Amino acid sequence: MSSKQTQVKEPLIRMVKRGSISQQKAWGIRAAAFLLSLVTGGLLILVLGHNPLSVYKAMVIGAWGSRTVIHETVKLAVPLLITAIGISFAFKMKFWNIGAEGQILVGAVAAGAFGLFTAHIFPKIPLVILMLLAGMAAGGLYGLLPAICKAKWGTNETLFTLMLNYIALAFIKYLMNGPWKAPGSSFPKIAMLVQGARLKKVLGVHWGWILALILVVLAFIYFNKTKQGYEIAVVGQSNNTARYAGINVSKVFIRTMFLSGALCGLVGMLQFAGADYTITEGTAGGVGFTAITVAWLAKMNPFGMLIVSVFIAMLERGSNTIQTNFKIPASASDLLIGIILFFMLGCEFFITYRLIFRGKEEQHA
Amino acid sequence: MLSTLNSLFIAAVLAGTPLLLGALGEILTEKSGNMNLGVEGMMFMGAITGLAGSYYYEQAIAKSGGSPSGALSAVIALLVSFIAGAFGALIYAFLTISLRANQNVTGLTLTIFGTGFGNFFGEFIGQKAGGYVAVSGTTKAAFSRMHIPVLSDIPIIGKLLFEYNWLVYFAVILALLMAWFFNKSRVGLNLRAVGEDPATADAAGINITKYKYIATVVGGGICGIGGMYMSMVTTSGVWVHGCVSGYGWLAVALVIFATWRPAKGMLVALIFGGLTIMRMYVNIPGLPAQIYDMLPYVATIVVLVVTSMRESKEHAQPKSCGLNYFREER
Amino acid sequence: MSETTEYAVKMHHVTKTFGKVVANMDVDLELKNGEILALLGENGSGKTTLMNMLSGIYFPDHGEISIHGKQVTIRSPRDAFGLGIGMIHQHFKLVDVLTAAENIVLGLDGKATLNRKEVNKKVAEIASRYGFEIDPSKKIYNMAVSEKQTVEILKVLYRGADILILDEPTAVLTPQETEKLFAVLRNMKKDGKSIIIITHKLHEVLSISDRVAILRKGEYIGAVETDKTNQAELTEMMVGRPVSLEIERPQQERGIERLQVIDLTCLNGEGVKALDNVSFSAYGGEILGVAGIAGSGQKELCEAIAGLYPAIGGSVLYAGELNGEPIKERILGLKPDEIVKKGISMAFVPEDRLGMGLVAGMDMTDNVMLRSYKDKKGLFVDRKTPREVAEQLIEELEIVTPGVDTPVGRLSGGNVQKVLLGREIALSPSVLIVAYPVRGLDINSSYRIYDLLNEQKKKGVAVIFIGEDLDVLIELSDRLMVLCGGKVSGIVDPRTVTKEDIGLMMIHVEDEQISPEGGNEINGAGQDAGEKKDENPKEEAGV
Repeated sequence: MSSKQTQVKEPLIRMVKRGSISQQKAWGIRAAAFLLSLVTGGLLILVLGHNPLSVYKAMVIGAWGSRTVIHETVKLAVPLLITAIGISFAFKMKFWNIGAEGQILVGAVAAGAFGLFTAHIFPKIPLVILMLLAGMAAGGLYGLLPAICKAKWGTNETLFTLMLNYIALAFIKYLMNGPWKAPGSSFPKIAMLVQGARLKKVLGVHWGWILALILVVLAFIYFNKTKQGYEIAVVGQSNNTARYAGINVSKVFIRTMFLSGALCGLVGMLQFAGADYTITEGTAGGVGFTAITVAWLAKMNPFGMLIVSVFIAMLERGSNTIQTNFKIPASASDLLIGIILFFMLGCEFFITYRLIFRGKEEQHA
Repeated sequence: MLSTLNSLFIAAVLAGTPLLLGALGEILTEKSGNMNLGVEGMMFMGAITGLAGSYYYEQAIAKSGGSPSGALSAVIALLVSFIAGAFGALIYAFLTISLRANQNVTGLTLTIFGTGFGNFFGEFIGQKAGGYVAVSGTTKAAFSRMHIPVLSDIPIIGKLLFEYNWLVYFAVILALLMAWFFNKSRVGLNLRAVGEDPATADAAGINITKYKYIATVVGGGICGIGGMYMSMVTTSGVWVHGCVSGYGWLAVALVIFATWRPAKGMLVALIFGGLTIMRMYVNIPGLPAQIYDMLPYVATIVVLVVTSMRESKEHAQPKSCGLNYFREER
Repeated sequence: MSETTEYAVKMHHVTKTFGKVVANMDVDLELKNGEILALLGENGSGKTTLMNMLSGIYFPDHGEISIHGKQVTIRSPRDAFGLGIGMIHQHFKLVDVLTAAENIVLGLDGKATLNRKEVNKKVAEIASRYGFEIDPSKKIYNMAVSEKQTVEILKVLYRGADILILDEPTAVLTPQETEKLFAVLRNMKKDGKSIIIITHKLHEVLSISDRVAILRKGEYIGAVETDKTNQAELTEMMVGRPVSLEIERPQQERGIERLQVIDLTCLNGEGVKALDNVSFSAYGGEILGVAGIAGSGQKELCEAIAGLYPAIGGSVLYAGELNGEPIKERILGLKPDEIVKKGISMAFVPEDRLGMGLVAGMDMTDNVMLRSYKDKKGLFVDRKTPREVAEQLIEELEIVTPGVDTPVGRLSGGNVQKVLLGREIALSPSVLIVAYPVRGLDINSSYRIYDLLNEQKKKGVAVIFIGEDLDVLIELSDRLMVLCGGKVSGIVDPRTVTKEDIGLMMIHVEDEQISPEGGNEINGAGQDAGEKKDENPKEEAGV
């Protein structure tokens, strides 16, 4: 037997949990992942026969190049940011609310009920307040439904909230075709909000953006400084611990989901009264899904969400430009967002773990 | 009346098949302990690649002056869509199994990515084709209903059971195969153990990583085929923007409805298929068409709530579903 | 062919680290053919890690392993099976929804289709050879703990293992079941199998093993022949210094009846009674021990009293003072926060420390305020006071942590328990319920915990101590209640009772002794289980 020379064969790669890692290094890893995702997207563009650099450049210019496009970009960022904040309420307690899309739609419908049919009764300011409250209440109630079932029976909220999206969508189609169909229109569509009831513009964009910035600060304080924020964090980490601490888990579920849905409903109202002036199947337009990635990338930090939502709004706005300039379909933004998120999700692993390759053993003091 | 019922049944089978395929893929995935919410994305990827595969095959043959074969075109669509779905699942598998990313978020990202992928390439190929992508009549014929000698000629039953396109039979056979696999085979038993309790399966000498990867990737491939059904059969070989929209999620819901059992999935898919097309066959006066559209989603919610109200130990989600496994975690 | 060797297993210079934690450092271990080797060491000394490397769960950083004289590489449990090594883990590795037979054949190669009949037959065959009783087609979730252990052992035997490793196999067994297991192990030894048994119970080491190998803090200390050693020597090798393993039981005047539990009845998830008419009282200034095999209703008992588990019958009365006035409150059915609102200070250290008692991902400050964040009025939380409390705890209890901002999940088991118990004691409770407070802790930490409990007892707190180690329960408690299948099978005086008697009570309840016709209270003392007592508790032992 020649056992002397048989070195114990290690597996090729092993992973070991890191003790701790400096913030600097962690951000370095994230930055590298982000760059890699852009490179991957660039390769895709290259395969399609375009120069990635000029496409990226066109995207940036398309989003920030002129006053008009900046307004457009901000207009895209506002719903994304508020929805992301709304979703993070639920996500912080590990309640997978992927029904923001539906909550936005019902918020828009509720605001529309006042905006379209009572504009001749109320003066502007009470009307806007009514629309605001109605939108938030509707979104909140729509979010409440799955929360109650989850609290009572542990019903899977992921699918529940998701199904509510499609129900809200079908409901809007119904309104468009039937009761709310604009008089005199041959197409199924809902009438426009009268000029006098539309949200005022501040620096070129409806005031929703100011509200969004205020919400960023408020949400940060709520999460980190209040008792309710603390309760959400405990529930998110462990339902059992929460019960043990005397936290009424059902109540927290219900309260928090109402807030989450209400913020999404608010987005519906803003879209209706500030951006589109009408309600269509596209009022939510995938914001509810994209916002999930915004919230996750920002690790539920409202200030982080501000940055990420502006970035994603830039991608979306920019992809419109490359559609006209390069004939690259605008769905490219979804594709690119997907790629970036894949990389960001993956890179967290390298922050938590270290790889050891065969033969490279570490010395431990 | 009877003929309405017959045609409702046939339409339900046709509409339920992509749901069944999606659900079968997800059952296989979840049995390994991976909850992949990217079914919708993978179906989109399968839908566009399947269509593109047939389309480019026809173009290539046409360019060289030959005439395309329908059967070959169908096989290409099948393979390509499987590979595309499997590719999507592979990204998911790599991120969740090897890199331990959160399963929910990774799945959702896959849905965003896949939806973008489908719509992007759908439009892109359409642009190049001068407007929209559509396959030729030959391929269309390959995906239309078959006439099986003798069987199809049986009165009534022949029409009800033996005159579908080949993908319907493919899905049924797959469901039966999977039922056998989970209940009777050794590998199926091992896979169930992986999904229930990976630490135990690991200690029993089962290669967790391998099982999870294979189940997830093959499951994704099956979802991809389900997507291909949407673009080749449901929309008759023409790319329609957002054609899968919602079906992938219904398939995920169907898994719960079927209590993770492939054979039961056939029945459930039939019911869901029926709900999605009911408005064209059953007319209740005063009920607008859009309200019908809500039915499958409302039904899903009802089922979700009802199943959560009564807990069952055995016919439930695999216990480790949604959680990643790391052997040396301390 | 290689020469035959007398050693079944040889581990040489084996080292394993997890991050910065060194679990095993340069360990040598030898197992002779056909012997029973006890692997002795404190909790956290690296016994399980070492054995996990033998069974392929972990892979060593350095070192060599030979099996029957041949150097081998064990990269997975599958490799280990191939070498005839089988491990019975402390936390059973069984799939709940599968049958015994399905669990046994899990992961094995063979024909594509599984012939269940054939497997069942073969399992029954092996079972009868060693004297096990088992129904191969019974599902695991319907099984009692000892049955599950049988399945684990059969699983290893089915795979033809000749080297068996058992990790703390007696922790979940009654003394009688332990004897039965040891008989089976001796049978196997006769059959030529080599066995390693991991334990930290010295008397078991002495009764079953041929040799003892000792680990301390991840290092190999040495091996001795069992019949040439004694408890004191083994302890010293295990702890590193001579220690008295006596647990103090300070004499103490018994205080008022703090907690009276009457006919408490709860259902478990399957609708079976988890607690069945449980009645007892807890007094200030005493430690009431609770014994029973795992799953006899201990968890439900603690949680029902703490307001975390629903009861279908009975009541729980609390006696105490509020602003100087004596109060008596019914607390059953109240939520934890409602109990606090009544001015009742009851502390509870649950079994699942990081899953229930603490939030693993939060730092010490946020964990300390878990039970008190509602105290102050207003919308915002106050982190200043809890932070001070946390810093105080670190100092007083010598908690080893990088700082108050470190998530508690990163701390070692003993320190986690100190944070939890420290927080609960900081509430200055009048009733303190602790469930398995020393599980997984090393001897030093364990004794620190016993001291803390005794301190509380001296302060007049009514302590309810749920334990699993009968020796500890007998030494520490003032009275000892034994649970069996959700019923109280007796409350005895630990000074006079024997372990065997308790063992019998753990598996057997005599029904008539349970519900005395007069009162609902059982204050049984003395050796006789459930002996009826009059209302005057002063006569009891310990006064």
